[in-house]
Formats: sequence, C-alpha cells, structure tokens
Amino acid sequence: MKENPYQPYIATIEDTWFETVGDRAVKTFKVTLDDEEARKNWSHRPGQCAMVGRLGIGESMFCISCSPTEGDFLRFSVMRAGKNTQGLHEQEVGDKITVRGPYGNSFPLEDWKGKHILTIGGGIGQAPLRPIVEYVKANLDQYAGLTMIYGARTSGDLCFKNEFEEMAKRDDIAAHLTIDIEEEGWDYNVGFVPSMLMDVGPSPDNTIAITCGPPIMIKFVLENLKKLNFADEQIFTTLENRMKCGFGKCGRCNVGNMYVCKDGPVFSYAILKNIPEASA
Amino acid sequence: MDNMKLPKEKVGDFLAKLGKEKFRVPQQMEGSSKFAPLNGESNADFTLSNTTVPPKSIFYPQTETLYRYNVGETAMEAPGEVDEMIIMGIRPCDARALSTVDKLFTWDPVDPYYKSRRDKATMVGLACQEPRTNCFCTSVGGGPASTEGLDILMTDLGDSYLFQVLTEKGEKICQEAGDILVKSDDSDVQAAEKLHNDAAQKIVRGIDSQDIPEKLPQLWESEIWKKVSDPCLGCGACTFLCPTCHCFDIQDEVEGLEGRRCRVWDSCMFKEYTLHTSGHNPRPSRRERTRNRINHKYSYFVDKFGVIACVGCGRCINLCPVNIDILNILSQVKEAL
Repeated sequence: MKENPYQPYIATIEDTWFETVGDRAVKTFKVTLDDEEARKNWSHRPGQCAMVGRLGIGESMFCISCSPTEGDFLRFSVMRAGKNTQGLHEQEVGDKITVRGPYGNSFPLEDWKGKHILTIGGGIGQAPLRPIVEYVKANLDQYAGLTMIYGARTSGDLCFKNEFEEMAKRDDIAAHLTIDIEEEGWDYNVGFVPSMLMDVGPSPDNTIAITCGPPIMIKFVLENLKKLNFADEQIFTTLENRMKCGFGKCGRCNVGNMYVCKDGPVFSYAILKNIPEASA
Repeated sequence: MDNMKLPKEKVGDFLAKLGKEKFRVPQQMEGSSKFAPLNGESNADFTLSNTTVPPKSIFYPQTETLYRYNVGETAMEAPGEVDEMIIMGIRPCDARALSTVDKLFTWDPVDPYYKSRRDKATMVGLACQEPRTNCFCTSVGGGPASTEGLDILMTDLGDSYLFQVLTEKGEKICQEAGDILVKSDDSDVQAAEKLHNDAAQKIVRGIDSQDIPEKLPQLWESEIWKKVSDPCLGCGACTFLCPTCHCFDIQDEVEGLEGRRCRVWDSCMFKEYTLHTSGHNPRPSRRERTRNRINHKYSYFVDKFGVIACVGCGRCINLCPVNIDILNILSQVKEAL
C-alpha cells in the first residue's frame, strides 16, 4: 500500500479486447504498472479488487480478474454501464489508466488446498471467479479437483469463452458451459445456471463452492447447494457495492457492520446469512 | 503542570503572542456559526454554544483536493504540509467527536490528509455552562466538561478563563504564552468544578443508551423505521452537520486542462449514496437510509471501534427542518423490545 492511499499508480494498457458486445459490452484490459518499484511491490490474491479509472473522469472498483500465477500484470473485465466505464471502453493499447489497490480480503485458497473447488458463475459474475480457476489450474496437484459451471443469457454474453472451450477439452478439470436459450451451432448445455448445478450434481464431500452472478441466480444457486447438502461454511461468494475510497473510510459500501471493501468482498454464506442487509 | 488563568482582557494578547494565524476559533458568519481562522476583521466568539457547522470541517473540509493533475498527463501533485493550528473554544462534545472519528481515519490504512491536520492541532476546549435544550452529551459518555480529546480545558470564571492543562501539547501552549497567563489557585479549580456540576444539572434531555447497541440488530424489520422516517425530506442536514459523520464522495473536477480529484462530504441520507451503476439500490427508500444512519452510529460503529458514534451535541435535532428527533427514535428503539 502506498503512503497516500488515495493516489493511484499509472498503468499502461498492454492488450485489450471485447469479451461481449452490445449496449452492456464487456471489455477486458491487460495492464502493467508503469513504475518499476510499484510493479515489484504489488501483490494481489484471487478475490481482491482495485480502483481503476482515468484522471479527469473518475474511478470505480473492479475485481482483479487474473491470478498472480499468470504473470506480472493485472487484468480487469469492465462492463459498460456508466460514465467511468464508458471512458475506460474508449481506451486502447498504449493508453494510460489509473490503478490503486489491491483492496479487500481474498478467497482463502491456501486453506482450501486438498479440497475440490467448484465455481458457479453467471454473466460478468465470472470475472471474480476467474482468478480462482487460474490459481487452481496452476496448482492442480495441490487440490482434489476443479469443476466450473458458467452460464449467460446467450453465447454472445459469455465472458472468457475461448478459455472455457479450451478447459472443456481437458480431462483433468470439468468445465460446464450453459446458455439460457437454445441457439443454432451451440454445442454445450442449455438451461439456467442453478438447474445446470443440479444436473452436474456435485458431492459436498471435501468441496468448496464459490458462486458469483446476478442476485436472482445466486438466490437459486444457494437453494440448490443446500439441496445438495453443502454446509453454510462450504459456500462462498463475493459482494459488490458502490465504493469511493476502497479502504473503509468513505462509508457507503457497508452491509450491516461489515465494509465490503475491507471486511469483504469475499464472504462465506455462514457469515452472510446472519447479516440481514446482505440480502439487499 | 499547574493550572493557569487567562484574564479576559488579555485574550487579544494571548492570540497575538502565539500567532493569530494559528488559531481556529468559533465565529458568527452569515447567519450561522463555524470555526474559522482569525483575519483582520473577525473576532472569536466564546459565548456561542455549539457552532452550526461542527469543527470537523477544520480537519476534514467539506471539499478537499486530494491531488491536482493536468488532463492528458500522468503527474499528480498532492497539497503540501499543513501548518500548526490551535483550535480554541471547541466544545467538549465536538472534541470527543474527533476522538471518535480518529478511530476510523487511523484504521489501517491511515488517512494522511486527516491525520496530518490532527497531528498539527492543539485542542483548547471550552467547558459548557449553558447547555442547549437538545444537548444530551451525558447520555453517551460525555459531559459539559469532558476532557477527552483536549489538550487544555478552559472554564469561564467570569473575569478570566481557567486553563486546566491536560497534555504536553497543552503545556507547550502555556509556556509559549509566558506571563500573559497567571497562576491559579485551588479556589479557581473549586469554582470551575461547581460550574461543571451545575452545567451537567442543566441538561434536561437524555436516554439510557447502554442497551441500544444490542437492541438494534433485533429491530431490523421493525415498523419503527418506516414511522420515524416518514417525515424525512432527505435533506442530509442531520449528517452534514453531525460532528461524527465522516462519509465522503470522491469526484474529479476539470476546468480547461486543469483537473483535481477531490473529496466532498456526502450523506447516507441521499439516494445516490448507495445507488449502483446498474440502477440497483440496496437502500432504496428513506426507511432503509434512516435505519442505516441510526445503526451506524449506535451499533455498527460500536461493533467496529467500541464506542457509540454520537456525542449528544443535539445538532441533528436542532437543525432538522421537520423536527425528526434522534432521542425520540432511540426511545422507540428501547420501547420496541
């Protein structure tokens, strides 16, 4: 953390591409911090977030969508939704953006060693799950297994599709892709993510389930995980709220007595079910 | 260090000796009152009770530049070091409020803007002798002569102010003032103590706040939140003028090619405060926003930092345009269970 936590690093866009197109397009940015010292000192863990923006426009909180095991860079997958994200979408390779962080807690992947990891994602909700997938893939011998369930409304709404198609070909990990509505030329599953979860029917034995997606999807995924006999302590998710500082000062991101930016964004269902405001 | 006295006719000399530019003092301004530097024309008014704008604005201004930049460039320049300050005439509740907010701003990571001003400030408090009708400091751990967060406590003895020196910072001020201050004796302290006790007796409103933090979580779905927030206009006065409210927004301001990123006071009573870009709002109505305001002060802050984030200054009651009264809300909380 820098001495002045409000002052961001300058980062250069090394690569950028669209994951999805349309009015709520998702664009991924691969960036590196300009300052060598900052690059050396930066370390993030899967699940952490960063404030990303541009001087003169503003900044917003995004999850870091890459694992540190991938290399000396950062990735952010940004859905166009407002002024700042529109400003970011206009940026191309070589352009400068601001980054500060990393913020928040992380998925306890060290504690989960020896366990089977199950990710259940929907739409842009796969972005915070991607670092888990990459981290476990890079250390596959230390985990009991990796199962991914990922869905979106249409094939055009799926993020990281190429990566999933590569993983679907592997026999040492299980990748299940699904879309809500039948499409011509679609070779994978059709159906909502919660029903896909029941079709896959994972055993709760020695397994950790992590889910992220639209609130309605999370609601039914939680119900179905309970039907599959997952204990509250085996279920994790990551929350988002409007944020301005990222480190517990500006006040607004609290759910009950927890700040999402500092006490979260990663919470176990065992904790969340006791915070009535978390259901909002 | 021994207690000292500042004769009232020497207040001007005291300010001049220590350096007028260092002082932030209560002043009447444009129909309201606030702490401000002394300039040629202005005068300290130590007869005011609480200033309309709490002295948090000295440490955490309503609008503050975090750094400046030129649009299209990458260099950022943060404002320079702040000078030493003497905050003279701060009321005990407002000093306690700053001690409370310190816990948040020094929670890892430390907020460098707030902290540097706090480090540079000497707090010379002024004991209350005429509490206002809606003061309730004694219900939340304070009192009209509370010394928490102060370096010196002043008490108005009529012809002079008694200076009870509480810290090394306070001692330094007294040493610098030299023979402008005169020695006090035991009778002065006894007189001050009597005034302090009399003032505490004059506080007419109050509540037993002890059980509120444990009751609030049980009242999440209670009908009281709708009831107490119905008259609310959402103006935010209760939070802007609260000495412990600290929430802020961060905004970029650009004029031509010159830009600055600044932070500005914000209020949890505003709809936009929690509004997501998607349009989803976790606190969509005043019911949820009022519930959060009360829970933050009397439950969440207690969970995090061990103290109630309310010092009983009464501003939110005095300044609410529709007479929403936090003591009334709190008594409903107590009665609901």
